[in-house]
Amino acid sequence: MCEQCGCAAPSEILRVSGRGAAESAEPAALRSVETLTGILHANDHQAAHNREHFGDHAVLAVNLMSSPGSGKTSLLEATIDAIGDRFRIAVIEGDLETENDAKRIRAKGVPAIQITTGQTCHLDAHMVHDALHALDLDAVDILFIENVGNLVCPASFDLGQHANVTLLAVTEGDDKPAKYPIMFRTADVILLSKTDLLGVLDDFSTEQAERYIRALANPAPVLRVSARRPDTLAPWIAWLETQLAARRRSWPRQPYRAQTHVHRRAAE
Amino acid sequence: MHELSVCRSLLEEVERVAAANDASAVEKIVVAVGSLSGVEASSLARTFAVARAGTIAEHAVIEVETVPALVWCEACAIATPAAANTLLCGRCGSWQVELRSGTELVLRRVELTTRASPAAASG
Repeated sequence: MCEQCGCAAPSEILRVSGRGAAESAEPAALRSVETLTGILHANDHQAAHNREHFGDHAVLAVNLMSSPGSGKTSLLEATIDAIGDRFRIAVIEGDLETENDAKRIRAKGVPAIQITTGQTCHLDAHMVHDALHALDLDAVDILFIENVGNLVCPASFDLGQHANVTLLAVTEGDDKPAKYPIMFRTADVILLSKTDLLGVLDDFSTEQAERYIRALANPAPVLRVSARRPDTLAPWIAWLETQLAARRRSWPRQPYRAQTHVHRRAAE
Repeated sequence: MHELSVCRSLLEEVERVAAANDASAVEKIVVAVGSLSGVEASSLARTFAVARAGTIAEHAVIEVETVPALVWCEACAIATPAAANTLLCGRCGSWQVELRSGTELVLRRVELTTRASPAAASG
């Protein structure tokens, strides 16, 4: 039996039931406290704080997710080129190790903060919060948060973003949305990337990928893009502009406030 | 998903409730886990058995209530259960439905022994 992961845990611990049992009369020493607290409450609280920061500085925050190697960083490089001077961009990069992606973004003249998570397979709101303080948000219109390449874990951690963008490369299976429903269900836009390769692939159907996405009850636009073909990016840029305009309509006009509040982590 | 990280967050919330109620020990926790929460119920329970060590919940039992995905179809005016990757109306097959449950990841109840009274024999 494995002593590391607890798979030999005694059966009285493993109680997985469909409904809670009715309460019987409690002995004097026992108290039953009903709650309705999110298990990830500490992260959600920090995410809400991040969202306030974005609102205070009128920044659209976009969480970019995909498998490793689907082309997130390449898409950001191409997006930076396509947007030019129209909007001011900053990027928070997330990887287990290396500063490679942040260096690529900085080479485009765009500020980039690299979060190296070590072992952690996703970014969380605390990590993003720390990175935010290394950025001048007054000089940013759109903040891209490039999450750790992973189709599982990032989907469950609110970072304070306004929109989720999920990439699916045409070199992956078109049934990925069916295999990773949580990630694809919560995407606000899905980008089918590397479409320049479709001519040499005979097993990726963009229509089938879209059908799987609809089967997740997700009405999000599915856009075909290639980081190597700038002419494919217009609908994606237009989507970003629409998101930014919508956000700005919802934010009250207010002057920048000096940072007078103290930042405290929920728990170390 | 990495249930250990989720257990740590769960134990933070449990410790908060325990402190607010001046507890000497936590006997049982009840959590609700939806099929679309990204957490697997039995894996969470097994990981909890390890993660609870050294905490006020170190002898606590965890009960995990699994919550199915339910989708509401406006056209049919009914809610039907659905699989995580086939969120379609059970009657008409439409994908234009609203998710009514399934994303829960919630601490529902904490049963604890308070300091105010001596601990009774546990049932």
